[in-house]
Amino acid sequence: MKKLAETMRNTKSWSKLLLLVLTYAIIHLLIIFGIIQDFQQITLTTICINIILAVSLNLITGFTGQFSLGHAGFMSIGAYTCALITMRMPTIPGFILGLVAGAVAAAIVGILVGLPTLRLRGDYLAIATLGMSEIIRIVFLNLNITNGAAGLSGIPQFVNWPWLFVFTAGTILLIVNFLKSSHGRACISIREDEIAAEAMGINTTKYKVTAFAIGAFCAGIAGALYASYFFFIKPTTFNFQKSVDVLVMVVLGGMGSVSGSVLAAILLALISTFLQSFSELRMVIYSLILIIIMIFRPQGLMGSKELSLSMLSKLGSKFSFRKGRV
Amino acid sequence: MPILTVKKLTKNFGGLAAVSNVSLELEQGELVGLIGPNGAGKTTVFNLLTGVYKPTSGTITLHTNGTDKPIQGLKPYKVCEMGIARTFQNIRLFKDLTVLDNVRIAMHKNVKYGLAASFLRLPSCQKEEQELVERSMELLKIMKLDHKKDELARNLPYGEQRHLEIARALATNPSLLLLDEPAAGMNPAETAQLTEVISWIRNQFKLTILLIEHDMSLVMKICERIYVLDYGQVIASGTPEEVRTNKRVIEAYLGEDVNNA
Repeated sequence: MKKLAETMRNTKSWSKLLLLVLTYAIIHLLIIFGIIQDFQQITLTTICINIILAVSLNLITGFTGQFSLGHAGFMSIGAYTCALITMRMPTIPGFILGLVAGAVAAAIVGILVGLPTLRLRGDYLAIATLGMSEIIRIVFLNLNITNGAAGLSGIPQFVNWPWLFVFTAGTILLIVNFLKSSHGRACISIREDEIAAEAMGINTTKYKVTAFAIGAFCAGIAGALYASYFFFIKPTTFNFQKSVDVLVMVVLGGMGSVSGSVLAAILLALISTFLQSFSELRMVIYSLILIIIMIFRPQGLMGSKELSLSMLSKLGSKFSFRKGRV
Repeated sequence: MPILTVKKLTKNFGGLAAVSNVSLELEQGELVGLIGPNGAGKTTVFNLLTGVYKPTSGTITLHTNGTDKPIQGLKPYKVCEMGIARTFQNIRLFKDLTVLDNVRIAMHKNVKYGLAASFLRLPSCQKEEQELVERSMELLKIMKLDHKKDELARNLPYGEQRHLEIARALATNPSLLLLDEPAAGMNPAETAQLTEVISWIRNQFKLTILLIEHDMSLVMKICERIYVLDYGQVIASGTPEEVRTNKRVIEAYLGEDVNNA
């Protein structure tokens, strides 16, 4: 019985690995054969960056239950740090250094901001994080080193599909592993019932800040990838609108569902790409689609369920499934 | 040997003294009841003991492992680490998580592997996770919930939710267990079963238990000593027999019920 369970787990992790490799290889081939051209590659990059942003915000908002509107702020710290470093060290090691430095800087700001603000709840926390991300934006707007409103241009471009894939898949994997661990469950218990969590020995402040720091770290990575791929950043790239965009993905995909966030990030990027031919009506149609989805799926596309291989096979055979979370 | 000493505990909410000058002493391994009419301050005492409220004045001392530790004003998770666990009057389970997860979360404070191990799912993490599951299943078996481990806590019937709360409290490995109205809303048969479970876990885990209860059949049956609270003050204490016949208690609270119990 135990052996059977182990073999099942092994096949499961093998098929996951296979799926990852296949995804990578197929898209890589599509790029080599020119089926995915430069224009589609922009969409692909946007999707990857948005997946990292949405999954990491979901850790903060969907799993730990801390409503944050400051993700663009963390992203901009990663973007500017990475840009400034790679512009002085335009080599691959320089880029890696910039990316790591950006992510760490974002995480440190996350901790510094989180310690005082995470005692706030719900909408108060949302306002505080919104304020934080505006402060970060205005700092970048006024510093000399970041070139103010004009922003930084001519950032050395290193990011391509392999980089994107490694960081996107890596972020998802690490966060999913974290959520399956005892530390992840501690975060989830805060969302479920903060008073009970604390009475059961969970240091709630510590785990809120931890979730915040991990989320900020990943947002920093996303920002660094953005800066290096699009080689031009300015403060308005990371305004309030950007934070809301990420939040929309999290809510649309389902609070507390990693696969939901991935799905929503892909879907929204595709929708806005297809809508580019409807210039004026674009945002109207986009908003309408959002409204319609939220009317019919108020809990988000995935609710709090996860898309898994076994679930797909179960969906195939008509039986209803019962599934616990996490 | 006492395990918990409470001296002159007072809590004021504005001008209202919810608890005033309460002194309690719990001996190692005792099963003590805390009773009193609605609004007497019983749950406030629990909240003071577990760190939800900071006392206005007074001391709470926990005697474990041969040392005396003052615990008044500590944060709830610290109090839990010291070895005091509790259940809640209005059930506070992690409703959208499975029965197993509810118990596993309460074991978190003893988890040794770090963040890095959890990100990479290192062998140390996997091994400890396996142990967590095994230990949780043991507790669930005791509370007869093992066959429902994958059920969401919100889908359990009311009585089983109360049992799960006790299992979750036991998972923190306490030396002192505080039960806040464990039999509330249960029918006589369920209460009888719960009574057995409580005295069984006390012997099995060598616990000291302090429980708040309105159901006199349960209190009179299993409690060795009883403290009676009224308007935030201890008005009587002693064995069930002594309390039952105490005049002040009868006036304040028990009334006719005493003879019927």
